Amino acid sequence: MSQQLLNDITTRDYPYGFTSNIETEVAPKGLSEDVIRMISKKKNEPEFMLEFRLKAYRHWLTLTEPKWPNVTYPEINFQDIHYYAAPKAPKKKLESLDDVDPELLKTFEKLGIPLTEQKKLANVAVDAIFDSVSVATTYKDKLLKAGVVFCPLSEAVEKYPDIVKKYLGSVVPHTDNFYAALNAAVFSEGSFVYLPKNTVSPMELSTYFRINTEESGQFERTLIVCEENSYVSYLEGCTAPKFDTNQLHAAVVELVTLDNAEIKYSTVQNWFSGDPVTGKGGIYNFVTKRGKCLGKNSKISWTQIETGSAITWKYPSCVLIGDNSIGEFYSVALTNHFQQADTGTKMIHIGKNTKSTIVSKGISAGKSHNTYRGLVQMNKSAHHANNFTQCDSMLIGNACSANTFPTIDVKNGSSTVGHEATTVKISEDQIFYFQQRGISMEDAMATIINGFCKDVFKELPTEFAVEATQLLGLKLENSVG
Amino acid sequence: MLEIKNLHAKINDTPILKGISLTIKPGEVHAIMGPNGSGKSTLSKVISGHPAYDVTSGEVLFEGQNILELDPDVRARLGLFLAFQYPVEIPGVHNAGFLRMAYNARRKENGQEEVDPMEFDELIRSKLNLVEMEPDFLERAVNQGFSGGEKKRNEILQMLVLEPKLAFLDETDSGLDIDALRIVSKAVNAYKKPEVGIVLVTHYQRLLNYIVPDVVHVMANGVIIKSGDKSLALALEEKGYEWLL
Repeated sequence: MSQQLLNDITTRDYPYGFTSNIETEVAPKGLSEDVIRMISKKKNEPEFMLEFRLKAYRHWLTLTEPKWPNVTYPEINFQDIHYYAAPKAPKKKLESLDDVDPELLKTFEKLGIPLTEQKKLANVAVDAIFDSVSVATTYKDKLLKAGVVFCPLSEAVEKYPDIVKKYLGSVVPHTDNFYAALNAAVFSEGSFVYLPKNTVSPMELSTYFRINTEESGQFERTLIVCEENSYVSYLEGCTAPKFDTNQLHAAVVELVTLDNAEIKYSTVQNWFSGDPVTGKGGIYNFVTKRGKCLGKNSKISWTQIETGSAITWKYPSCVLIGDNSIGEFYSVALTNHFQQADTGTKMIHIGKNTKSTIVSKGISAGKSHNTYRGLVQMNKSAHHANNFTQCDSMLIGNACSANTFPTIDVKNGSSTVGHEATTVKISEDQIFYFQQRGISMEDAMATIINGFCKDVFKELPTEFAVEATQLLGLKLENSVG
Repeated sequence: MLEIKNLHAKINDTPILKGISLTIKPGEVHAIMGPNGSGKSTLSKVISGHPAYDVTSGEVLFEGQNILELDPDVRARLGLFLAFQYPVEIPGVHNAGFLRMAYNARRKENGQEEVDPMEFDELIRSKLNLVEMEPDFLERAVNQGFSGGEKKRNEILQMLVLEPKLAFLDETDSGLDIDALRIVSKAVNAYKKPEVGIVLVTHYQRLLNYIVPDVVHVMANGVIIKSGDKSLALALEEKGYEWLL
């Protein structure tokens, strides 16, 4: 996969900007109870799911869009979006890959995600999601043998309704925020991962999201539950075609760990970021991600490489309830051209001896705006809790900006909180130094960025670390001087 | 090997080089001296392609090829080296990794196979001894937190590893104590060979006691006002630059 992706990336332009010509079934634009009923029906959902959606929708109607993020964009017309788009399904149910439209398989292969038996990635199980539906999930059987459930959320609703009912909305309730409510009302697909007690996933799990239809939104919802003593590492990747219009991506991710369980969740986000010259188009990436360390000694670790999207608004967070539980957040957020990002994390300490680490690396170039926003909260019950935050910004060129808004809220005197922050600038002289030693500007850039970000990259699964490095270097080409 | 013909260059809109002509042959050691602001540091930066400078006229031929249109990294891979007066710090970038990257870039250019960290480690040990540096020095970030003397020795180490055909040493002697100056000079002398040209850019005659030049040039106000043999440097030491201006 690395090689394929590297080759694509080195074509320099946004290589994933193509559109696939696939017959698509699209819901009429706009949102209403009828549209929600239609989505629920399409998915053959049980009554409790429809109720879940309608409750969220009715609540959403009472809300207004949040205006506090440090980003600007024209008002979104929520009635001008398709809330459901799916490749036209064949008459019979998809039993195997042979039933999948070959054009779809080709699309994912072009994206570096081959799904067919002969070509599928070794050691990584992939759930491929195209617009609103899951196309295929690889290694499902092998995982099931190990006790790991990895399937589209819609399938989980059917096969594991009790688990879904218990945990869906338990971490991010529909009342949480505007986009979480919208997602709960209209979400159409996502991944479901469930590890019963004492299960260690034998391979990396990965979901690949692709938006294809213009003027459609993608509202996926991911739920990962790790019961006692279980462990899973999960990675999501995202791309979209180039359109002049903006597309809305409002996802919700919920993670739950019970005693001694651990979830490692990584994201490489490379949505189309808009035209580099005019700033037109690109994805609005408004995402709510949160994990609950319910059990004692449990651990949730977020790693994100955010390089795409016109606007990014997300704060993968941890609620540390179980005693001795651990939350981690490692982030590289890169903005170039006209991109805007307002991203960070929340670490909510509730249990005793809970521990959190935040390492955030923001890189701004071009005319972009990059904001870190974070909250560390030590609640009254959080005896001897501990947080360390490292928050670094790198500026490239003179037209970009970087901001940090860390909030620290301590209600327990025995807890400790540490915060370090730096700002650096890549200089022409640094690049020249590399070049004078025979190293190309691209390699120089990639190496400096890699050095800046290495504390985060080392948290990525090895298969993806190389790509991430290369991706950042290329995203920044010609942005010095 | 290097032919500079009537070279003019400016930074922003200020002309700095106002017609430099100079020829360097393989095996020669040249010294370029001159008062502050004479343009001697600019000359080496323009030849190596620093983006802040614009060449307004003239030619620079390296082994017969006009290099002024080439990117700095291409010039470097042709065998041009500049030991910087103020080596820049590059936080987060591993010194040995950086050096190996540069070394491999050159090998790749020559159609040779790249070396892995193990092979490179072996190769670099002997060079480290030449500049009397400890191996842990390689584990630090490039130039970060290095003392003035360590930075200069690191530049010379890079030269020894990259084996350029033509090396400009820009005020490599400034900021060195007498021991460090001796170490650096010894390493440069060890590198001297018939196929290599060396250009010492310096304020002081002191360095030239250790590395003896074949030709000495005096620059002032963007031009070379006098060239001569090593005795010219001694005359400068005695009389200063005033008598030439």
